[in-house]
Amino acid sequence: MKLGWIKRINVMKVVLYALSYMHHDFSPPIVHPDRSSKNILLDLDNEVHISGLWHCQASKTHPTSIKSNGAIQKEIKEEEAMATLTVPTTVPSVSEDCEQLRKAFSGWGTNEGLIIDILGHRNAEQRNLIRKTYAETYGEDLLKALDKELSNDFERLVLLWALDPAERDALLANEATKRWTSSNQVLMEIACTRSANQLLHARQAYHARYKKSLEEDVAHHTTGDFRKLLLPLVSSYRYEGEEVNMTLAKTEAKLLHEKISDKAYSDDDVIRVLATRSKAQINATLNHYKNEYGNDINKDLKADPKDEFLALLRSTVKCLVYPEKYFEKVLRLAINRRGTDEGALTRVVCTRAEVDLKIIADEYQRRNSVPLTRAIVKDTHGDYEKLLLVLAGHVEN
Amino acid sequence: IGVDEKSLISILTNSNEEHKRSLRKGSSKLFIEDENGFERWDQSSIKILKHQFNRFRDAVVLSLLHPWERDARLIEKAIRKGPKHYNVIVEVACTRSSDQLLGARKAYHSLFHHSIEEHLTHIKGRERKLLVALVSAYRYEGTGVNEDVAKSESQILYEAINNGDKNKLLDHEDAIMILATRSKQHLQALYRHYSQSYDKNLAQDLEGEGILKDTVECLCTPQTYFTRVLEAAVKEDADEESKRALTRVIVTQKEQLVKEGFVPNKIQDILLGLYKDFMLASIASGDIK
Repeated sequence: MKLGWIKRINVMKVVLYALSYMHHDFSPPIVHPDRSSKNILLDLDNEVHISGLWHCQASKTHPTSIKSNGAIQKEIKEEEAMATLTVPTTVPSVSEDCEQLRKAFSGWGTNEGLIIDILGHRNAEQRNLIRKTYAETYGEDLLKALDKELSNDFERLVLLWALDPAERDALLANEATKRWTSSNQVLMEIACTRSANQLLHARQAYHARYKKSLEEDVAHHTTGDFRKLLLPLVSSYRYEGEEVNMTLAKTEAKLLHEKISDKAYSDDDVIRVLATRSKAQINATLNHYKNEYGNDINKDLKADPKDEFLALLRSTVKCLVYPEKYFEKVLRLAINRRGTDEGALTRVVCTRAEVDLKIIADEYQRRNSVPLTRAIVKDTHGDYEKLLLVLAGHVEN
Repeated sequence: IGVDEKSLISILTNSNEEHKRSLRKGSSKLFIEDENGFERWDQSSIKILKHQFNRFRDAVVLSLLHPWERDARLIEKAIRKGPKHYNVIVEVACTRSSDQLLGARKAYHSLFHHSIEEHLTHIKGRERKLLVALVSAYRYEGTGVNEDVAKSESQILYEAINNGDKNKLLDHEDAIMILATRSKQHLQALYRHYSQSYDKNLAQDLEGEGILKDTVECLCTPQTYFTRVLEAAVKEDADEESKRALTRVIVTQKEQLVKEGFVPNKIQDILLGLYKDFMLASIASGDIK
C-alpha cells in the first residue's frame, strides 16, 4: 500500500495530537518510552493507532490507542485502575530476576530487601514466569526456597504473595475449612468477592493441590446453617451481566423482608437469592428493599449482634454489593487487634493489591480518618511492614 | 417408508407432472383415490414422514452443536418442560466430565443470560435442592478413594433410605451432599460397599424414587441408566419423549455406547431411512477414533 505525502502528513498530525494529549492533558504526563515508527500503526480504515504504551509508569489510567478521528479510546483495564501494585517502566528480564532472587538467598542469610524490591513489584503473570524459570534453572520451587529461609509474618506474606491468585485462593480456602469455626468468614469472602471465573480457577487449583473438590471439604467441615449457606456460595457460577429484572427485584425484596421479619434467616429462599442471583440483580433487589421498607437489609439483619450466622449473612451482603466496605472493616479490626481473624492484614493486602486495594484504602481513610499506609506503619514493623507498604502502593517521599 | 433424501431430491427435480402422477397412483400406501378425482395424501402417512424428517433434523442439529451449547439447551428445555423431564438435567449433570459440565454452565450464561442455578429456582418441587446441587458440582476426577469414608457414607445413605421417611429423602441434607460433592470414584466405591454390606444395590433400593435413582445410576453405573433409556425408546409402544431420548443419548454418548457394546441391531429394527443411517453412522464413527 503506497503512502502518499498527504496521507503521511495526516498520520503525523494525529501522532502529534496524541503526544500533545499525553504530555499536556494527562496528570502526571505520560512519556511514551519508545517513540519510533514501529509504534505507529495503521488499521484497514487508515486510522492511526499508537502502540507500546503498556509499559508506561505512573498512572494506570492511560489510553492504549488513540484514533485519528479524534476519539480517544481509553482501553483502561478497570482493575488496573483500582490496583495498588506498581511495576517498573522497564522490567528486568525473568532470568535476571531469578538470578537476583537466587543471590538473595545465598551468602550470609537472606536479603529481604532484594526479595521485596523484586517480587513486590511484579504482577501475577510475571511472578508465575519467575517461579517457572527459577524451577527450570535451579531445580527447585522458588517457594520451597522461601520456606527454608524465612519465618513468621514476612514469610507468610511473601509466600502468599508469590502464589498465583487461583492457587492462593485454594490455599486460603483449604486453611479455612481445616480450621473452620462459626466466626470464620474466609470461605464466604473468597466465594463472594472473586469474579465467577476467578472462583472457578480457585476450584480448579483446589483439585490440583488437594486432590479433592472444594465443595467436598466445605460440606464436611462446616455444619448447620453455615454449611447451608457456604456450600451453595462456593459452588456458584454467577451470571455476570448487568441486566436486571426490576419485577423480580421487587418480588425478591418482598420475600427477603418476609423471611427476615419471621427471623427465618437460613430459609431456603434467602440462601437461594444470595447464592444464585447475579451481583447486579442482588444490588437491585437490595435497593428496592431499602426503598420499600426503609432500612438497609443489613440493619434488619442486626437483630442479635452476637449471632454469628447473622454476622456471616451481613458480610455476605457486603461482599456481594460493596466489597470495599467489607474489606475496610476486616482491616480495621485486624489493625486494632480486635476480632479473631488472624493473618487478615496479610490476606487482604495480598489478595486485593492487584484488584481494588486503592478503593479499599480510600474507604479506610474515609472511615478512620487516617491513611491505610500510616495505620500499617503504626501497627507493623521490619520487612513485613516494608513489603506491605510496597504492595499497598506506598511511595517513599 | 423412510426418507431417502438423495433419491427423493432426484425424483422430484427430474420428474414432470405425468411422471409424478403415476408415482402417486403407484404408491397406494401414501396416496388414496379421492372421490373428487385426484390422488390424496393419506393423513397418517404424512405424520409418519414428518416425524422421520423431524427426528433426522433433530439428530443433525444436535450433532452439529458444540457439546457445551447442546447440553445447555438440553437443560433449559428440560426445566421449561417440567418434572417428567428432570431426568435430562440429572443425566447432563452427572454423566458429563467436570469440565464438560462447567462448559455447559458457561454456555448457559451466554445463551440465556442467567445461570442454570437461577433458572432452576423456577422449579417449585422438592427436586430443586438436589438438581441445583448436582448442576453446581465441580467434582474431583483423580483416583484415590478413602474406603473408610465411602463405607461410612454408604451407611448414612442406607439409614436415610430404610430407616427414615422415604418421602423426605429429597430433603435429606447429608444424602444430597454426598451425592452432589463426592467424586464419581468415591461414589462408585460407596456403591460397592452398599451392596456388600446390605445385600442389595443402592439403585434398587431407590426404586420408585425417580430422580434420586437416576442420580445414583448416572454417577455409579451410567451404562445401566443409558441402557434403560434406550430400551424404553425402542419398545413398540414407546412414546414421543422416549423416542426423542434415543436421539439425545446416541448423539451425546456415542463413544460410550460403543465401549459398552450397545447393539446396533435394536436400532436397525426400529428406525428408518436416513435417520437410521445417520444414527448407525454416529455409533459406528464412535468406533473409529
